[in-house]
Amino acid sequence: MMRLPSYRYRAPKTVADAAAWLAESPAETMLLAGGTDLIPNMKRRQQTPSTVIGLRSIPELTAITRGQGLTIGSGVTLTGLVHDARVRAHYVGLWQAVAQIATPHLRNMGTIGGNICLDTRCTYYDQTFEWRKAIDFCMKKDGDTCWVATSSDRCLAVSSTDSAPALIALGATVTLVSAAGTREVALSDLYANDGMHYLTRRRDEILTAVRLPSGNGWRSTYWKLRRRGSFDFPVASVAAAARFDGDHIVDARIVLGAVASRPLEVPAASARLVGQALSNDLITAVADDAYALAKPMDNTDFELVWRKKVVRSLVTSALRELRGDDMREARTKLARHPLIVVS
Amino acid sequence: MTKLRITMAVNGEPADLLVDPDKTLLEVLREDLNLTGTKHGCELGECGACAVLVDGQPLLSCLLVAHECEGRQVTTVEGLVEDGRLHPLQECFADLGGAQCGYCTPGILITAKALLDREPHPSRELIKEALSGNLCRCTGYQQILDAVEEAARRNP
Amino acid sequence: MASNRPSAHLPIRPTGAAVIGRARRRVDGRAKVTGQTTFADDVMLPRMVHCRLLRSSVPHAKIVKVDISKAQALAGVHLVLTGEQFPTAYGILPVSHDEHALCRDVVRFVGDPVAAVVARDEATAEAAVNLIDVAYEPLRTFASPIDSLTYPEPRIHDYGDVGNVHKAVALQFGEVDDAIAKADHVFDDLFFFEGNTHLPLEQHATVATKDADGKLVVYSSTQTPHYLHRALAKALGIPAAHIRVIATPNGGGFGGKSDPFNHEVVVAYAAMRLDRPVKICLNREEVFYCHRGRHPVLMRFRAGVTNDGKLTGLDLQTLLDGGAYGSYGVASTFYTGALQTVTYDIPTYRFRGCRVFTNKPPCGPKRGHGTPQSRFGQEVQLDKIAERLSIDPADLRLNIVQPPDSLTANFLRVRTIGLSDCIKKVVERSGWRDKYRKLPHGKGVGLACSSYLSGAGLPINWNDLPHSGVQLKLDRSGGVTVFCGATEIGQGSDDVLVGIVAEVLGIDPFDVRAVTGDTDLTPVDLGSYSSRVTLMMGNAAIQAAERARELIADAVSTKLEIPKDRLVFAGRRVCDTEDPNKGCTFQEAVCMAEARFGTLGTTGSYTPPRSAARFKGGGVGPSPTYSYTAAVVEVDVDPDTGWVTVPRVWIAHDIGRALNPTLVRGQVEGGVYMGIGEALMEEQVFRRLPAKLSNALVHKFPSILEYKSPTSLDMPDVITDLIEDPDPAGPFGAKEVGQGPLLPIMPAVANAVYDAVGVRIDSIPVTPEKILRALEAKAAGKPARSGPASFPDILWPETLRVTPPWAGGDGRASNDPDRPTNRNVDAGVEARAAKAAWEKSTS
Ligand SMILES: Cc1cc2nc3c(=O)[nH]c(=O)nc-3n(C[C@H](O)[C@H](O)[C@H](O)COP(=O)(O)OP(=O)(O)OC[C@H]3O[C@@H](n4cnc5c(N)ncnc54)[C@H](O)[C@@H]3O)c2cc1C
Ligand code: SF4
Ligand code: FES
Ligand code: FES
Repeated sequence: MMRLPSYRYRAPKTVADAAAWLAESPAETMLLAGGTDLIPNMKRRQQTPSTVIGLRSIPELTAITRGQGLTIGSGVTLTGLVHDARVRAHYVGLWQAVAQIATPHLRNMGTIGGNICLDTRCTYYDQTFEWRKAIDFCMKKDGDTCWVATSSDRCLAVSSTDSAPALIALGATVTLVSAAGTREVALSDLYANDGMHYLTRRRDEILTAVRLPSGNGWRSTYWKLRRRGSFDFPVASVAAAARFDGDHIVDARIVLGAVASRPLEVPAASARLVGQALSNDLITAVADDAYALAKPMDNTDFELVWRKKVVRSLVTSALRELRGDDMREARTKLARHPLIVVS
Repeated sequence: MTKLRITMAVNGEPADLLVDPDKTLLEVLREDLNLTGTKHGCELGECGACAVLVDGQPLLSCLLVAHECEGRQVTTVEGLVEDGRLHPLQECFADLGGAQCGYCTPGILITAKALLDREPHPSRELIKEALSGNLCRCTGYQQILDAVEEAARRNP
Repeated sequence: MASNRPSAHLPIRPTGAAVIGRARRRVDGRAKVTGQTTFADDVMLPRMVHCRLLRSSVPHAKIVKVDISKAQALAGVHLVLTGEQFPTAYGILPVSHDEHALCRDVVRFVGDPVAAVVARDEATAEAAVNLIDVAYEPLRTFASPIDSLTYPEPRIHDYGDVGNVHKAVALQFGEVDDAIAKADHVFDDLFFFEGNTHLPLEQHATVATKDADGKLVVYSSTQTPHYLHRALAKALGIPAAHIRVIATPNGGGFGGKSDPFNHEVVVAYAAMRLDRPVKICLNREEVFYCHRGRHPVLMRFRAGVTNDGKLTGLDLQTLLDGGAYGSYGVASTFYTGALQTVTYDIPTYRFRGCRVFTNKPPCGPKRGHGTPQSRFGQEVQLDKIAERLSIDPADLRLNIVQPPDSLTANFLRVRTIGLSDCIKKVVERSGWRDKYRKLPHGKGVGLACSSYLSGAGLPINWNDLPHSGVQLKLDRSGGVTVFCGATEIGQGSDDVLVGIVAEVLGIDPFDVRAVTGDTDLTPVDLGSYSSRVTLMMGNAAIQAAERARELIADAVSTKLEIPKDRLVFAGRRVCDTEDPNKGCTFQEAVCMAEARFGTLGTTGSYTPPRSAARFKGGGVGPSPTYSYTAAVVEVDVDPDTGWVTVPRVWIAHDIGRALNPTLVRGQVEGGVYMGIGEALMEEQVFRRLPAKLSNALVHKFPSILEYKSPTSLDMPDVITDLIEDPDPAGPFGAKEVGQGPLLPIMPAVANAVYDAVGVRIDSIPVTPEKILRALEAKAAGKPARSGPASFPDILWPETLRVTPPWAGGDGRASNDPDRPTNRNVDAGVEARAAKAAWEKSTS
């Protein structure tokens, strides 16, 4: 049986306590939300904090509140989000992304905060200590070389969160709280394209909430590619959101998932889309922009060349769906998922 | 590491234990409470064999630090029999071939119970989705889906 | 050996079967849904301590030094073991006893066990394992069969045919070159089948203990307690009579728990040393290292075909990547060439197979053992033939189905064959005639067939002993206990056993208690492999139950003065057919028999009929009877991405007779499931790091997440039909169902993809990448295909020539230097010498 290493466990009841305890030794402490990422990583000795701070007993992290837009506590479970009628109605792309994360059980446990902060993934890294020893480890943990690209001076592990591309496309910001204070950053700015230092979050900070602007006038969608209808992390995905004025796009964001060490915005796409109606030619051009930008590496399921090619078709499907084409059949085939969940 | 105390209700009975902070609920159930009905196939959240109900929700006991279950209600496969009678899901799984080797069965029964508690008459599509976090290597799922449908049919 | 077979099969009771043929709750159903089934890791014994293994972190190296001092010094550690304690080699086949419980001099793959720690708990054992220092001196890494064919040195093993070739065989039946040369068309196709693994949901576990009188007891998740029993006796030097192996119900096996494993030997030794129970439960990664799964096989099929689609001859070559140990490999090699002929009429045939050693976990028997790979090649080639000759693939096959009660070119005896019915059934049910080549671009259907053994005709260790034994105990309580060494791995063997006894004695299955898989209590059954249990154990059970019925009938007939031939056993009564009120309860009847004959107990045993093959290698393939299957698979392919989905599968299986249709359907659907996994996503593949920088060769992703097993959302709907034509060789006419239905799925998927988008995927799995590559090749005017490009030149041994039966052959090879005479030949050919050595070592 795979077992956890030993650690000190603390369960604060308030964010303030959590922040204070985290400040005691931020380098050796990790936050535990649903544990669906941290616990397997600890069992495989990829992450070995000496102190673990459990966030489960902090009620203030589990609320979803409505204001201009929506404020989601970082401790809200993925199932909680999927059951939220406002998310389903106004933030369709987010709903689709979250409904396709992992499995029903893991969504019952996993939180949105944990999903945003999910460790980057790599098939040379998400392995047991014994396995990693057999390749003499790698740069991200206990070693020196990046086996994905041996000449690379940075880790190329993959950003594998499904919610983040959708949230970024919808213009989300996040709140970070530490003993020293509180700051609000655009979610996009939380990420860095570096497999080891993929978050700009300081180690003494707690992500307490995600804030979504009003979804009025926006349409959004999320297309995820993975081998099976459940369990699997994305190997390529696209989140697209656009605000329409009639047929014309007023504002748009396209964000790719799982093809870099961070969710990857396609800036050229936004520029190209604004002021236009979604013609087939325009869709092709945007798909090409995305294709050019995507840099999948050989460290997930599937071949990287193919993953790159499929980005084009994912973007095409997403934009056609935003345009109003009936994409239901194509979606269920690709997702192998009915996009229905237990209420 | 000093042991910490936890109290929870397991299958309706109080459990009051001292356990290491690094123990998962799976380990506590199997090794401290001798409830070996809950199985494990990976201990990493990748198979669903270890599913149990915590406050009525199916969770993976292999990823749940036991201490996080303080004060909660845990139901395992051993808790499905009531008054000496099998749960309708158990009857249907046994009758319709829902269990071959039986190793995935406890996790699947638990998950299906949560589904039927919430949604007494689910579509086959919804049953598939609800069970999509439980791998079964033997059955090809057809007889499992049949069994859940049949149990649902017996729901009022 | 006719006397061995039950006297009467059908109908056994004039009143019509009460148990057999009815869909029933399986006898162990209740235990499984309540969590009461005790799997090996559920065995908890007082004073139990825990074991972990240190596994090699290098693919191929000499062990220079193992320093265990730090591990021994850790608090809570009871015992640290290395190869030193395990001087004796063992293995499943007598010809390849090449394993030691812990490596002694050389490690042969990443994951090969080097040392073991027993400690108060698993965490302590794990910590101690990490304190063991091993110094290695690296040897050349053999990552692929080509490496192994290219470099004979250093040898991974110091036995085998030559260099790193473990086994090469060449057999020819008739003048195949002439037959192909004279054919109207010659098809020459290359195929590759990637390796994959069983992935039982239960991870292997073993608990060993010394019982109160000092003998060894081993509880293990094994499919083959009998072979484990033998291996333990040999490896530990303890007489078999002083070892008890209890096979706990397996949480899935699929062939992956059929070898004796390192961890079983290690904990058995440790329990005897420490005089306390020792448990080991492998983690998922270690299960991937145990492997013994599907061999990666490269194949070349050369077939001669007439204008009307008949085969004139087939010339098959296979190259198997065996991994680091022998396992069942010699048999696997022969199996890649054994069963082509029992499906279709192939008048001349040549088979050459070669298995090489590489530095990867050993391959072995997975569901279908060695036959799915070449079944894939054959069925896809038939699809190509049908295409070229413009014949519907269903008609092409119907035209060449092997006739019943025939002897094939390679001397396999085919008895009943329901293949034509299977084909007709799936054609009708799937609407094949309206779909094949008629669906819109992107949608397609594919058809394929298969056959499988109902039990191997020869045992692994050559001898004249029965393959399965059953004992029955009956007493005045009216209760019946049935004992058999067969092992419940989920397939329902306990249910078959109990169902048969209940049927013959006219009682309810609930009145029968089964005791199985326990070498102290139960007579030998060879194990749950090769789809042998229902047929062999079933026949033995019929014999034991009929003998008991005879005794009871004698007693009742005398006591109640009813002529014996008028007695019926039904509804827990024994009564007069002509006057059902005249008679007694089953319990009263047993009392009469006990009073008359003394304590009651009967036995039954089964030995398969002798094979007609008399040539070396003819031991692999014979079976009392073969099952047949046909399947139609529907696919949906996105031409832009190659993304493929399978909405539906129609399958018809020639089961002979379904003893419990619920279980039979479950096996068919489970087989389809595993076939879909193999067809689309399952791969046991390895990663070689850049050789300049590293020596590493590792399993690419030994996890349940990255080894892709279909979920409920990936599984197609399955429409199952059973073709029932009772076979005289089977119990109540039953044939196997555990393996056959898996086999047609992979080729049917590939054929359906061709129907959908017009590209040939000649390698398994059929992935979207391969489909897209083939589509791109097609668009560029290149061959619309993805698959291997060449088959290496292999120095084959001299071909054994056997004249087919229709050319007057007697089953012997004309050029065999030591022509075996009328004795059965073992799977492992050189068995006789090995057998002598074995017997010396175990006596
Ligand atoms: C088999 C399997 C399949 C999966 N498939 C998917 C998938 O398809 N898509 C996907 O996106 N994910 C997937 N996951 C990953 C995971 O389940 C989800 O990402 C989940 O949302 C993580 O949330 P958590 O609360 O469990 O995170 P935790 O494991 O509790 O935490 C994850 C990380 O975030 C940090 N963290 C948590 N909360 C905070 C906070 N408030 N502030 C700062 N840091 C914090 C933790 O320290 C840790 O580093 C899968 C996991 C498994 C085991
Ligand atoms: S990308 Fe390179 S450094 Fe990063 S985890 Fe993978 S192998 Fe290691
Ligand atoms: S044991 Fe596999 S998910 Fe928990
Ligand atoms: S019944 Fe064996 S894994 Fe499901």
